[in-house]
Amino acid sequence: MVQAPEISLAALAPLLFVLGAACVGVLVEAFGPPEGRHRVQVAVALVGTLGGLVTSLLLAGERQVTAGGALAVDGPAVFLQATIAGLGALSVLLFAERSLDPARSAFVAAAAVPAGSPRDRELMTSSRVQTEVYPLTGFAVGGMMLFVAANDLLVMFVALEVLSLPLYLISGLARRRRLLSQEAAVKYFLLGAFASAFFLYGLALVYGATGSVRLADIRAAAAVGGTDLLLVLGLALLVVGLMFKASVAPFHAWTPDVYQGAPTPVTAFMAACTKVAAFGAILRLLYVAFGTSEWTWRPLVYGIAIVSMVVGAVLGLTQTDLKRMLAYSSIAHAGFLLTGVLGLNGGADAAGSGLGATMFYLLAYGLTTLGAFAVLTLVRDGAGEATHLSRWAGLARRSPLTAAVMALFLLALAGIPLTSGFTAKFAVFRAAIDAGAWPLVVVALLASAVAAFFYLRVIVLMYFAEPVVDGPTVGVPGLPTTIVLAVTVTATVVLGIAPGAVLDVAERAAIFVG
Amino acid sequence: MPELSPADGLIASSWLLIALPLAGAAVLLLGGRRTDRWGHLLGVATVVSAFVLGLLCTVQLDGRAVDVDLFTFVSVGSLDVRAGLLFDPLSAVFVLLITGVGALIHVYSVGYMAHDPHRRRFFAYLNLFVAAMLLLVLGDNYVALYVGWEGVGLASYLLIAFWYERPAAATAAKKAFVMNRVGDVGLALAIFVLFAQLGTVSYAGVFGSVGLLTGGTVTAIGLLLLLGACGKSGQFPLQAWLPDAMEGPTPVSALIHAATMVTAGVYLIARSAPIYDLTPAARAAVLAVGAITLTIGAVAGCAQDDVKKVLAYSTVSQIGYMFLAVGLGPIGYVAGLAHLLTHGFFKAGLFLGAGSVMHAMDDSVDMRRFGGLASRMKTTFVTFGLGYLALIGFPFLSGFYTKDAIIEAAFDRGDGWGSLLGWVAVLAAGLTAFYMTRLMLMTFAGRPRWEPGVHPHESPPVMTVPMVLLAVGSVLAGFLLVVAFPLEEWLAPVFGAPTEAEHVVAPLTVSLLVTAAMVLGVLAAWVFVGRREVPVTAPVRVSPVTRAARRALYADTVNESLFMRPGQWLTRALVFIDNRGVDGAVNGLAATLGGSSSRLGRAQTGFVRSYALSMLGGAVVVAGVLLAVTVG
Repeated sequence: MVQAPEISLAALAPLLFVLGAACVGVLVEAFGPPEGRHRVQVAVALVGTLGGLVTSLLLAGERQVTAGGALAVDGPAVFLQATIAGLGALSVLLFAERSLDPARSAFVAAAAVPAGSPRDRELMTSSRVQTEVYPLTGFAVGGMMLFVAANDLLVMFVALEVLSLPLYLISGLARRRRLLSQEAAVKYFLLGAFASAFFLYGLALVYGATGSVRLADIRAAAAVGGTDLLLVLGLALLVVGLMFKASVAPFHAWTPDVYQGAPTPVTAFMAACTKVAAFGAILRLLYVAFGTSEWTWRPLVYGIAIVSMVVGAVLGLTQTDLKRMLAYSSIAHAGFLLTGVLGLNGGADAAGSGLGATMFYLLAYGLTTLGAFAVLTLVRDGAGEATHLSRWAGLARRSPLTAAVMALFLLALAGIPLTSGFTAKFAVFRAAIDAGAWPLVVVALLASAVAAFFYLRVIVLMYFAEPVVDGPTVGVPGLPTTIVLAVTVTATVVLGIAPGAVLDVAERAAIFVG
Repeated sequence: MPELSPADGLIASSWLLIALPLAGAAVLLLGGRRTDRWGHLLGVATVVSAFVLGLLCTVQLDGRAVDVDLFTFVSVGSLDVRAGLLFDPLSAVFVLLITGVGALIHVYSVGYMAHDPHRRRFFAYLNLFVAAMLLLVLGDNYVALYVGWEGVGLASYLLIAFWYERPAAATAAKKAFVMNRVGDVGLALAIFVLFAQLGTVSYAGVFGSVGLLTGGTVTAIGLLLLLGACGKSGQFPLQAWLPDAMEGPTPVSALIHAATMVTAGVYLIARSAPIYDLTPAARAAVLAVGAITLTIGAVAGCAQDDVKKVLAYSTVSQIGYMFLAVGLGPIGYVAGLAHLLTHGFFKAGLFLGAGSVMHAMDDSVDMRRFGGLASRMKTTFVTFGLGYLALIGFPFLSGFYTKDAIIEAAFDRGDGWGSLLGWVAVLAAGLTAFYMTRLMLMTFAGRPRWEPGVHPHESPPVMTVPMVLLAVGSVLAGFLLVVAFPLEEWLAPVFGAPTEAEHVVAPLTVSLLVTAAMVLGVLAAWVFVGRREVPVTAPVRVSPVTRAARRALYADTVNESLFMRPGQWLTRALVFIDNRGVDGAVNGLAATLGGSSSRLGRAQTGFVRSYALSMLGGAVVVAGVLLAVTVG
């Protein structure tokens, strides 16, 4: 007789909301009438993500292990779930924008039609839109929220796949430059599968070493036999799988290509939400499962953080495409986030300031990068978005407001004071210094200085260069994009000037349940 | 320092002394062209009313020191600076000098600047100056003094460059400003040290606790204050700006660069008497500065052909006398201040006379093209002549009383240094008589050497009346201040009751000595200048002494070679290091980063197989590191 596990539905409410809405989306896709389906799908996706946001906010202070020990609903899980749901809602709004592209959507009308075929050209100019992207996004968001709460390596793997598969798909759905988009999707899929294999193999090794996939059991086993080679090898492979998702160098190679090829709203979604989810899982794995063998992985993370910061900052210097530049920025930021991970001193039970700082960083970076990609969708020419750097010359004269908003996001990404980026960087660096990792912080500051060059270059180009002849036009965003920009600008400024309240919330949430 | 009494009666409103001219300046500057027609009258009115108020306050003062608390000026951490005024006998005499002479010069300026299109702006700056100068002497703490100090510096800069379209005026203003900054830094540092050591900057607080400091600190404060005083008062080694400042309109030279602002250094040292009482070393430095400057000024004055420059070097020299006096300590304070007051009268009168002459000579200042003006400009000649006699110490005129008192005090020091200083001062008195007589002879006597087309004429009454009043002051001030209403008694609450010092050399002997030196100087001038025809152009073949005196003992040359050129070399060297070293390093670093970025970027081939390979490599490294850490 199998005993049914104890399940707290209240604690699972955010997940149920998001995944339920995604299922409703599938039904709408199957049975709903074609006309007006877009509107319904947007509404369902928004209800799902916002519902997830509200219910996870209501769970604040919750601290339990449920579903037979498979899920941990604790401070970090709830904080990151709320972050993912909120950023997911903003991404859905970006997907729903219909007034920028003359073809009324950023997504291809029929993904199965071969690119460049007569039918494809015909559909290109039609106003038909496809709506599968909304339920897919819902599943991705649900998978991410599960990912950060997984207290079991198997659940973590399932969540990884639930969030990844929809992402592979929607990366290939760009309406323009379809071949580039499809190439990106295939690359992402192949490498993602490769990374998943690493993760799965690591899982198997850890199971072999400890006889369990529960994080708590692994922790107990690691405390006794921390030097077991099988266990250590398993940890290595798990880390590789997770670092891939977080686009940490040297597992970053897919990031620039996919960021560039995917439809820009999808890139925004990936840059913001996937990063949060992946780091949530990294934190939980390292601190809950391997918190007792901290000194085994610390040197490794130390080195990876440096490699990621340096690679991101240095390679970003020579990029000429804004989406690729933001991709390298994302790689560098992954390195900065790892300094926060190293700031966690004292393991899972201690209220480490590094955990709160890292979570604050994830929130701030997610909002800023989402806003930056949202601005990219505005600047267009005949062939779609004008993402080449040279096309942005003198943009401030044509559209001062757009240039100012972009400048704000770039300053925040560079970590200039009075923006959220500064507060976040300050918080993680301080945590790292408290943990004694000051040489890492020195490298991080140097990398920030190098990275500041390519952010500021865009600002210089927008404000101090002569406008290009027949340059891109700046589209007037519809309501959805306007809301996204308003929220992200406000957050970037408020978290820079008065971050106290949010930092406090992140700080208080920063305790894992064992 | 006497007990402070609370403000009462009219003195409680002594802030109006500063507020009135300040309001005048504000109205004139902000009112723009609308105030052009009556602006000068407003400017005169504010200063005249300030004078009347100052007079009434002084009458009510009765030997007290009144503290007028206004508001908290700066309150940061433990620094708490109240804005308060100190109205005591010392500030009272300065208030009367500033507003009294100031009012006369304002009136004179109405006529002098009548044809200048920017007369309103001129009066605005003059009002601003009076307000700042009054704040300087009325503040009850060093910070208020510093604000006034910088205020007069600003007004002086603006007024020297009043005709800023003339390159010489603009350059002179810049020079004055820069050299004043050197001194101002000294004053600022002195205030910093006071606050750091004593935690207060008010006169009462500082003088009450300055005795607690070590001798070295007090000496440092004294020397820093002296540096500030040297800058503002044109004393060695910062004297070179003052003669150049004559590029400003003549009333400015009279008010700011003769009668009031340049004596601020004397005020600072007299006000800080409790500090200098504790540091013989700093006091000796004051003495040395005074003695050197009075000699330099007197020597340089002998060889100038510009009428205003002669008067300017004379000012430098006379302020040197005052520094000498206050450097002597208690026996000299009153003498120095008395000389300051009488000098204020006769030097202002002399400048106004010079302005009147320039007015008549189409703004020419070259004495070699003057001559024979006595008959054409009788009022100017007589008033100027009285000022001249007062300056050279003609018996029973102002300078006679006050300069003799300083020289007496120097001899009364009683030691060898005192005698040396006394003899230097006597010698300089002779030189003073020489250069002033030379000026009189070249300007008013002899054959006219006027430029063609110049028709000298007497100035209008609005200019001559102030000259007459100042001439009366020049004649009587010494007698009044030394004999009739002794300044010594008036200032007793500040510097202590007058004591009949033991005279080393009898006062009569000193007087005879000084008078003899003066007569010799006058005779020498008659021999060298008066008997001969004055060449229209300055002779080229002259003795090395004359050449040195013409160039003011090479003060500018010294400044240029000691400070300006090394400064230029330093900036050039820094620019070179910045261009080659710093920029080179930065650009090199940027090139290195860019190059490595391109090289690393080649790994981004776009092929999934190479990406997968890089991941595999990464995974091997990760596993290797973890195993190494575990095993090792």
